[in-house]
Amino acid sequence: MSSLTAASPSAPSVPAGTPRTSAAKRRARFTPYMLLLPASAVLMIVIGWPLIQLFIISFQEFGRAQVFGAPAPFIGLDNYTKVLGDPAYWNVMVRSLLFCVVNVVVTMVGGTLVALLMTKLNKFFRVLMSVGLLLAWAMPALTATIVWGWMFDTSYGVVNYVLTDLVGLDFHAHSWLINPLSFFFVATLIVVWGAIPFVAFTVYAGLTQIPDEIMEAAQLDGARGTQRFRLIVFPYLRSIFLVVTILQVIWDLRVFTQIFALQGIGGIREQTSTLGVYIYQVALGSGEYGVGGAIAVITVFFMMAISLYYVRQSLKEEQL
Amino acid sequence: MSAMTDGPASVVKAIPHRRRSSKKRATSILLSALAVIVFACAAFPVYWMLQTSFQPNNEIIGSQVNFWPKTFTLRNYETVLFATDRAQFLPALGNSLMVTIFTVIIALVFAFLASLAVTRFRFRSRKSFILTILIVQMIPGEAMIVSTYRVLDNWSLLNTIAGLTLVYVATVLPFTIWTLRGFVNGVPVDLEEAGMIDGLSRTGAFWKITFPLLAPGLVATGVFGFIQAWNEFLLALVVMSRPEMMTLPVWLRTFQVAHGTTNWAAIMAGSTLMSIPVIVFFLVIQGRMTQGLVSGAVKG
Repeated sequence: MSSLTAASPSAPSVPAGTPRTSAAKRRARFTPYMLLLPASAVLMIVIGWPLIQLFIISFQEFGRAQVFGAPAPFIGLDNYTKVLGDPAYWNVMVRSLLFCVVNVVVTMVGGTLVALLMTKLNKFFRVLMSVGLLLAWAMPALTATIVWGWMFDTSYGVVNYVLTDLVGLDFHAHSWLINPLSFFFVATLIVVWGAIPFVAFTVYAGLTQIPDEIMEAAQLDGARGTQRFRLIVFPYLRSIFLVVTILQVIWDLRVFTQIFALQGIGGIREQTSTLGVYIYQVALGSGEYGVGGAIAVITVFFMMAISLYYVRQSLKEEQL
Repeated sequence: MSAMTDGPASVVKAIPHRRRSSKKRATSILLSALAVIVFACAAFPVYWMLQTSFQPNNEIIGSQVNFWPKTFTLRNYETVLFATDRAQFLPALGNSLMVTIFTVIIALVFAFLASLAVTRFRFRSRKSFILTILIVQMIPGEAMIVSTYRVLDNWSLLNTIAGLTLVYVATVLPFTIWTLRGFVNGVPVDLEEAGMIDGLSRTGAFWKITFPLLAPGLVATGVFGFIQAWNEFLLALVVMSRPEMMTLPVWLRTFQVAHGTTNWAAIMAGSTLMSIPVIVFFLVIQGRMTQGLVSGAVKG
């Protein structure tokens, strides 16, 4: 029984009237490991093993020939020096980081504003807005990208039509995806549109947990809206903001579907690839698994460093 | 939060009543208008997808853009369902359903067992398991495709339902364990202990008392896994390259490429067919999920 977690783990409470034999005790000691076995096995097979393989490949010369059975010689750090010396890689890196920063900032600010707006609405308008946000949230990234691509279509897109025929600007047959900058403008719209609902609902849930008395007291003390946000709301929701921001950073750095699908609709690969798409192109596109592996290993470490804070925070909040 | 706007009105009496209330009304109209704008921006693409999918293709590529179908047609859906060029919809739907359902069932069972272990037992390496789960969740799938592809190839699991299911189970597991852990934690052990005092065995107490309380959590987590697996694109693209093995996202993309810019109406019909199950499921579980996300992953 010592393994049962009661409210006080240091002094396990043994329920009265349940005598235990030593065999049962021994069984109880193994039970948690048996329970963990299936999940651990799957993670070992599908994440652990490929991760080791990835690491090995990144130190090998591994291209098309090796796929068809040629030996893969170890070439030390060659793949890494090749990657780090390649301006194309650094372009991708800078592009991904910029894209990530812009998207995270816009998403966080937008999401927070929407959450604040939600607290000020009556029930009807709050429900209306929630329904819209849920639709955007629920839409699969791929179909969302295709639909946005259609809306921004050069010849028959609704955006060009509205800007030209209703607003009066000259956007007739304007191509949005050919120019990298406006490609990323569209990509940002898609990503932010899909991400704001999560931020808004999470922040809103946090806002409803701030005790009303505190807000009222601040209002009576004469704190204005922005002051209330800065002095009460923000400190109160600090951990929510941090965790949500980090999740956004991770998700936006890893963005794949939206960029990949948008490139399929139009747009120049070399000028618009982000990290995830680049790995895909190098490894599976041109068959340079070794080089792709090196990029992937660098990416894994990079992502790990960023997510460390999230992991620490999650552990701290949960009082294991 | 209504107290924030209504509460002070009864307390602060210094401002003349009428001016205050008319100013308040103006603000509330402005905020409601903002809400309508947010609603419109959020919902418009979904609306646009639907309304395009019901128009004949020759009408959506005219010089005029219709904001409502002039001619209502179901022909695009017919094209999607029964078009025989390239990959077909129905086999892709079958693959998607199989992979998704297997993934959800296996992941739920495995995650449930694991979450029991980490919540109801104290043992060595318990903390390191939870830590591993959190870290694994952060490993970018894009980086893993390089070797996942190679490993699956070695085991002859490329282009198989089993292969993709295996990969998806591992993808969904960490989040599922983490969320279920929160739900199991939410059921006090005291309840089980009370049942045991009343003469139930430990396992009996668990199945009769805790499990029914967990059912909603299991459903919500399962649906979330369903959505993830249903929407997943990158791994499906890598693992399922043969036309007859494609899942819906991969099919949708080839369909789009195959038809180029010529048949947007059919592409929108395909997108609609793929999105509807997700949207329905999402609307059903959203309340519980936001709750779960806040109390589980991002507890404030």
